[in-house]
Amino acid sequence: MSETLLDVQDLNVAFPSRAGITQAVRHVSFTLGRERLGVVGESGSGKSTMGRALLGLTPKPGIVTARKMSFDGQDLLACSEADWQRLRGRRMSMVMQDPKYSLNPVVRIGHQIDETSRLHLGANAAEAQRRTLAMLEAVQIRDPDRVYNLYPHELSGGMGQRAMIAMMLVAEPDILIADEPTSALDVTVQNDVLRILDDLVRERGMGLIFISHNLTIVSSFCDRILVMYGGKIVEECKATELHHAKHPYTRALIAAAPSLAEAREELATVMRDPAWLT
Amino acid sequence: MINISNLNVIFRGSGKEMHAVRDVSFTVAAGETFGIVGESGSGKSTVLRTIAGLVQTSGGTIAINGQAISQKRSRDSSRLMQMVFQDPYGSLHPRQTVDSILREALIIHGFDRQDERILKAIADVGLSLQHRFRYPHQLSGGQRQRVAIARALILSPSILLLDEPTSALDVSVQAEILNLLAHLRQSYSLTSILVSHDLAVVAHLCSRIAVMQFGRIVEVLSAADLRLGIARENYTRALIAASRGFSRAQ
Repeated sequence: MSETLLDVQDLNVAFPSRAGITQAVRHVSFTLGRERLGVVGESGSGKSTMGRALLGLTPKPGIVTARKMSFDGQDLLACSEADWQRLRGRRMSMVMQDPKYSLNPVVRIGHQIDETSRLHLGANAAEAQRRTLAMLEAVQIRDPDRVYNLYPHELSGGMGQRAMIAMMLVAEPDILIADEPTSALDVTVQNDVLRILDDLVRERGMGLIFISHNLTIVSSFCDRILVMYGGKIVEECKATELHHAKHPYTRALIAAAPSLAEAREELATVMRDPAWLT
Repeated sequence: MINISNLNVIFRGSGKEMHAVRDVSFTVAAGETFGIVGESGSGKSTVLRTIAGLVQTSGGTIAINGQAISQKRSRDSSRLMQMVFQDPYGSLHPRQTVDSILREALIIHGFDRQDERILKAIADVGLSLQHRFRYPHQLSGGQRQRVAIARALILSPSILLLDEPTSALDVSVQAEILNLLAHLRQSYSLTSILVSHDLAVVAHLCSRIAVMQFGRIVEVLSAADLRLGIARENYTRALIAASRGFSRAQ
């Protein structure tokens, strides 16, 4: 927690188009240590766009500018494509929402994971396979030898997401950006996947950015929370103190969610104030 | 009002059999909102689609007002039972305006005073006149779901079947749609069945809730018991615990 892995100051992502410039991320600043940082917001809040910008994955014609964006002392703004390729997968990784679209459908699970070790760690085939099997076991896949030889369509959603996490973690990155990693999963499976991520943060001292729209999960899982609205961070707070949030948007979001704990006659609707964007 | 007994659904294909719904029985009183929760593959949506007549039953009976209804629905019985689907993007015709989507239902069922009814339905679901001649792609997700609800309500049904009506929506939009549904069922004294994977949503709208797993109803409990975590079955307790959020110990 003490040491800063990622330092972002005044990050902006803009998408120019014929209709003008869309500011997807505005003046975002935060630091990440060896902790679980939650990023919450609704669709269009810029949370995923921010996650991609951190990995240099902003699609064209997007423009990323920042006063400072550094990872472990290295200036990310000055990175060439070759520099990014040395970082991505090796030291910073990303898990996407749906394993169905992120895994190669015609390559066996094991071989896909092997590729990471071979590419980034220069491991030979036997060594790569050993690492893959160990990693599959670490993400609590019961029968790693069998799963190693399966194709993605033969896995359930929860298993696919575990395989994805195994692939991202086999190179032991310092930072993992997880973009809605559990949203496509059933609640009971959700917690299994969260527990795996939790262990990795605690045991390996990884920094985790957990992007989600689900306030319940973020507040119970993360250490710190950033709330995004219209591309801006409108509130930053400790996860345990989310219910004392000050910003009207955060408060409205909490009030709008039906709660299992207490019955509400009518749900509060979110009133938006254009002033929040300035 | 709705009486389901020993409902079974078996899907057959390429030599395989899939027993999706097993001996499901429940009753829904007039004016009640009954909830069905479960994880993917539990058969909750299949139950709803079977009631709507979209899926063939393999056994059991569905009775409305004491009258068993057959697989082949009469026009009148289908009018009385309307369904709202999860995905407002997929359930509205992309090349029809809101007006023609609503009008089609009226034409099929031979309603008179169509313009008047369309205007009323649009107002009922909280849309304004300017939305009447828009296409689905010109509407937001929440507005589209309002159109889907208007399309169901325009036929003045007595039963509303809701299949994950808010799962594709943001929290703030979900709140608006849930409030709308709560308000409409009161003013039109609708009987409804709500299927969802989200326990908080179901507890918010329903009085009694059935928990499904592997095609069976594991147990039926009240919303109050669900909130307090008073459940007979281990599976229900696990589901409730998981829905409360992540817990480190376990």
